Amino acid sequence: MIPENIEPILRVQGLRAAIDGSQVVDGVDFEVPATGITALLGRNGVGKTSTIKSIIGLITRTGGTIELAGERIEKVPTHKIIQRGVGYVPEDREVFSALSVAENLKLAERDEHPNRQLVDELFPDLVKRAHQAAGSLSGGQQQMVSLARALLNDNKLLLVDEPTKGLAPKIVQEVAQALAVAAQSVPILLVEQNLAVVRQLAAGAIILSGGKVVHRTESATDFLNDEALTQRFLGVQSEGAVEQSADTTSGGML
Amino acid sequence: MSTLILLLITGVGLGALYFLVASGLSLIYGLMGVLNFAHGAFLTLGAFVSWEMSRRIGEGTWLTFIITLVIGAAVGGVFAALTEFALIRPLYNRHIEQVLVTVGLSLAAVAIFEGVWGTDSQYTKGPEWFTRTTDVLGAQVPNDRFVTIIVAALVLLGVVLFLKKTRYGMIIRAGVENRSMVTALGIDVRKAFTLVFTIGGAAAGIGGVLASHYFGYVSPALGGSLLIFAFIVTVIGGLGSLAGAAIASVVVGVLQQITNFYWGMGDFVVIVLLAVVLLTKPTGLMGKTA
Repeated sequence: MIPENIEPILRVQGLRAAIDGSQVVDGVDFEVPATGITALLGRNGVGKTSTIKSIIGLITRTGGTIELAGERIEKVPTHKIIQRGVGYVPEDREVFSALSVAENLKLAERDEHPNRQLVDELFPDLVKRAHQAAGSLSGGQQQMVSLARALLNDNKLLLVDEPTKGLAPKIVQEVAQALAVAAQSVPILLVEQNLAVVRQLAAGAIILSGGKVVHRTESATDFLNDEALTQRFLGVQSEGAVEQSADTTSGGML
Repeated sequence: MSTLILLLITGVGLGALYFLVASGLSLIYGLMGVLNFAHGAFLTLGAFVSWEMSRRIGEGTWLTFIITLVIGAAVGGVFAALTEFALIRPLYNRHIEQVLVTVGLSLAAVAIFEGVWGTDSQYTKGPEWFTRTTDVLGAQVPNDRFVTIIVAALVLLGVVLFLKKTRYGMIIRAGVENRSMVTALGIDVRKAFTLVFTIGGAAAGIGGVLASHYFGYVSPALGGSLLIFAFIVTVIGGLGSLAGAAIASVVVGVLQQITNFYWGMGDFVVIVLLAVVLLTKPTGLMGKTA
C-alpha cells in the first residue's frame, strides 16, 4: 500500500472539459499516487479517455485544477506538460504510419540520453523492424511502438489509455509485462477494459460514471472481487471477466 | 509530332510553375488545415521585387537571373513567415477565420501591388539564351521552359531531402498525419507551422521569378491566376501530399496545353478532370484518407 505521507504525483480537482459543447468531463476529482499503477475504470463512454486527454490539454479544459508534482498545469499547453515529464500512450496507438519505427521513436525522444536500452530490451521486435513503416506493423507491434515512445524518456507520470485493446492474448501479456516493468520506476494512470490485466497490474482504482468520479479504492483487486460494486459501476460480473481473460477485449470485458 | 513535343515540354514547364505554388499550399493545408488564399501574393511580390532588382543591377545576364531567384525565394519566404506569425497564429485552430484572413490579405495585396507598380504588365528580360530555342526531336522549344523545369525539379528535390533527412522535416511529416499526437510527444508544432509557411512562400517566390520569364511579364494578377490552378492541382494530387502535387502539376499542365492548342478548352478540361477526381477519389490521387 502507498504510505500516507507521500504526496500524490497528480491531483485533479473539479476538472471539467467539453467537446463541441457537450460536457464529457464534469467535475472530476482524484489523485494518482507517486508509485505503482492506478486504474481508471468505468463503462464505455463515461469519459475515461476524455479525462486523460483533458489532463494534458488535448481536449479544451473548461474548469478545475490539475497539479503535476505540486505544480499547476491546467493552463499549460500540451507540449509543455509533456516536456515536464508526462508520457502519453493514446487509445488506438496513434503511431505515425508513414514514418519508420526508428523515426517514430526518434521523434519521441525528449531527453538528451533516452532510455534506448530499456526499450530495446522490452521490445526486441522493434529493433529488427526499425526501418519498416510503422503503418505496416501489426496492431500489437504498433502498440509496442506507442509504449516505447513513452518509455524512452524519464517521466514523472505515464498516462496509458487502453493499451491491450484489440490485441491477441499473447500480446496482451507482453504489454502487461512491459507496463509492470515500467511501473517499477514511474507511476502510471491506466485506462483498461481488460479486468484481468487490471487485477494483475493495478494497485488502486478510480471509477468514473457520467463524467464524474463515483468510487475510489486503494485496492483494485478488492473492488473487482466485490460483485455488487463491479455490477453497479462496470456492469459486469467480476468472475465472468476473469474467466474471459484469455479472450480478446471484445465482448464481455466491460 | 514536333508540335506534340513542344506542347508536352511547354506543358511540363507550366506544370512546374503550378508545382512551385501547389507544393506550399499542400504542405500548409496538410499540416495546419489552412487553405492559404494569400499564397498567390507571395508569388507576385517575389516576382515584382525581383523585377525591380534586376532593373537596378542590370537585366539580361545569368548572374542577375540567379540573384533574382534568390531574392524571389527570400521575399516570398519572409512575406509568408510574417503572414503566419501576424495573421494565422493569433487565430490558432480557428480554420474558417484563418481562411478568411488569407482571402483578405490576397485582395489587399493585389490592391497594394497595383498602387506601387501600376495595373499594367511590366515586361521582363532574362538572359539572351532564354529567347532562343533548342531543337528536341524536331520541335523548337524555347529555352526558358527548360530553366523552369530544372529549377522546379531542384526545389522538389530540396524539399524532399528536407522532409526526409531533417528533424523538422520529420515533425512536418508526422504533423501532416496526426498533429495532436505530435504535440502529445512534447513538440511545439507551431514552429513547424512557421517553417512550412516559409518554405511554401520561398517556393512560391521562386515560382514568381520563373513565371515572370515564362510569361514574359509581371502583373499584380500574376499570382492569383496561377493560384486557381495550383488549388486544383493540390486537390487532384491529394491535400497534404507533396508527391501528389508534383504528379498532378505535370498532368494538369500538359493536359491544359494540349487541349488549349487543339480545341481551345484547356481550362474547361482541367475543371472536368477535377470533377472526375472528386467524384471517383475524393481524397485525390495520393491524399491521406480524411
